Amino acid sequence: MTERQDAVSTPRENPARDASVTEAVPPGPQSQAGAASGGAGTLPVPAVAFSTDERPPLRKHRRTAGSRVRSLLKHAGLIGFGFVMLYPLLWMLSSSIKPNALIFRDPSLLPTELDLSNYTVGWNALLHPFSHYLLNSFIIVLGSVLGNLMSCSLAAYAFARLKFKGRPIWFAIMLMSIMLPIHVVIVPQYILFSQLEWINTFLPLIVPKLLATDAFFIFLMVQFFRGIPKELDEAARIDGAGHARIFFRIMLPLATPALATTAIFTFIWTWNDFFSQLIFLTNPDMYTVPVALRTFVDSTGESSWGSLFAMSIVSLIPIFLVFLFGQKYLVKGIATTGIK
Amino acid sequence: MSALGELAALRKTKGAKDTLSPSERGDNKAAIFFLAPWFIGLGLITAGPLLASLYLSFTDYSLLEAPSWIGIENYVRMLDDPRLHNSLVVTFTYVFVSVPLQLAAALGLAMVLDRGLRGLAIYRSVYYLPSLLGGSVAIAILWRQIFGTNGLVNQVLGIFGIQGQGWVSHPDYALGTLMILNVWTFGAPMIIFLAGLRQIPEMYYEASSIDGAGRVRKFVSITLPLLTPIIFFNLVLQVIGAFQAFTQAFVVSGGGGGPADSTLFYTLYLYQNGFRSFDMGYASAMAWLLLVIIAALTAANFFFSKYWVFYND
Repeated sequence: MTERQDAVSTPRENPARDASVTEAVPPGPQSQAGAASGGAGTLPVPAVAFSTDERPPLRKHRRTAGSRVRSLLKHAGLIGFGFVMLYPLLWMLSSSIKPNALIFRDPSLLPTELDLSNYTVGWNALLHPFSHYLLNSFIIVLGSVLGNLMSCSLAAYAFARLKFKGRPIWFAIMLMSIMLPIHVVIVPQYILFSQLEWINTFLPLIVPKLLATDAFFIFLMVQFFRGIPKELDEAARIDGAGHARIFFRIMLPLATPALATTAIFTFIWTWNDFFSQLIFLTNPDMYTVPVALRTFVDSTGESSWGSLFAMSIVSLIPIFLVFLFGQKYLVKGIATTGIK
Repeated sequence: MSALGELAALRKTKGAKDTLSPSERGDNKAAIFFLAPWFIGLGLITAGPLLASLYLSFTDYSLLEAPSWIGIENYVRMLDDPRLHNSLVVTFTYVFVSVPLQLAAALGLAMVLDRGLRGLAIYRSVYYLPSLLGGSVAIAILWRQIFGTNGLVNQVLGIFGIQGQGWVSHPDYALGTLMILNVWTFGAPMIIFLAGLRQIPEMYYEASSIDGAGRVRKFVSITLPLLTPIIFFNLVLQVIGAFQAFTQAFVVSGGGGGPADSTLFYTLYLYQNGFRSFDMGYASAMAWLLLVIIAALTAANFFFSKYWVFYND
């Protein structure tokens, strides 16, 4: 907001954008590829990469002292606000290496006494060592990621490229299923899985992903496939390639950014998922990280926050790593599709 | 606008039929192959259970014996179930207070971060991180401590000589702590707003500057109207999401929705009925009420969007 007036004096080198903006289409990617592939009312996803690149720096003109002070104040405010936002997280990290008693007395970030025993105690506090629960979570995450990648890309190809009977209706059903709350179907699912004797196995958490029930990712990939030039597959068709070949040889390799986005979001959502894991996994041997943590908090009460924090930190590390290395895809995935 | 926009677009073109050329008829077979997993999933995991839960909502079923048909008894029971009414009040309060606050924070920060700010990528990441972690059990545990009697908040208040209370254990404040948690995750809608702000052509601002418009005027007359589709999109998404909040309340309250049912979210009560009491029939009826409520809220959002969402086409 404060930049607006300054911006007027500095023309932006961004002519490509203006064509599509007035449609007021929701947040689209900024690249030329995106603008070129955009259909009316739908969200263009560029074929090459999601790209919400930073715009070129605006203020090339001479800064006055006043504007410099303003900018400094603004940065100070933003940094301060960011610090307040992250303070609870940092404090949890620092508390995890404090002696237990200090957690309730010391709001500062720097531990005055170091105590790493929280990690060893927490690791072994439950029936199994914590690595057991980490492994369980990883198995489910891996199965879910692979399942979503395969099943959703297959379905997306059909919706994006094949003309088949009733496509608009099926497409609408797919879109609506994105918004269906899991709570509405969980009871019959539970009954079905318990009759299959799948309760306390990982199957209820993985098999649905193999069946493309995370329709959101179908949609994400449909958008992406639509951005891939049709000439490519038409040329392949003329050369005699079938749909399977076009899908595996042309579409999938080009869709790597969409596949990466799918993998990353599936990872995070599955890792954080509590509701369905709580319901389908009641045997402590099968507990995943969230369910184990929850048992931990219920069993320890106020007595061992240190080790509880330590294991909470451990449980957040995989997400944090995915965040660090997958940030590009996360930010662009959200910007293009608008889902947390 | 993704799914919502597509649905709206589909509705507009409803009349147009897909006519298949002979060469395209072969696609039917291929489509069955490509869609096979999805069709099976739709039948067994999504649509089938959806219909099954409708049936179960008219039965009494505890998993042990076959469901017995009791007509609309579950729905009648909902009419005078005080805990259910309370859970609706709790959930609606949570949604209608925390979602607007969250979106206001998201929009405010997006406005500040827009326009070639140095270090934008870093700020964006820092503000976004809580969105990724906010739904986890670990953060819920952290919240339980922070807002506990001797938690971080009261320690900080203590520095200023204020004697705080156990926020999560007080019926008047427990829900508030969960709202703060939801507002804390404003990063995801903020990123959507940021992308939306970039779609606004600079020339609008330039033109209005020539006409002598100030910042406030530009915000009210240009930014806000052009951003309404995105505000709407965020609103629909966040309302649907907030209605399904579960983990935070479950962990912070130890599964009970306390103190005094003050954090008994609708989903939590549904879970208690279905998977603690194994009252599957009643839980199914609750599930359908949830579906109706979310559908109605979404429909209302769409209906009222006519009056405030500005589509410039």
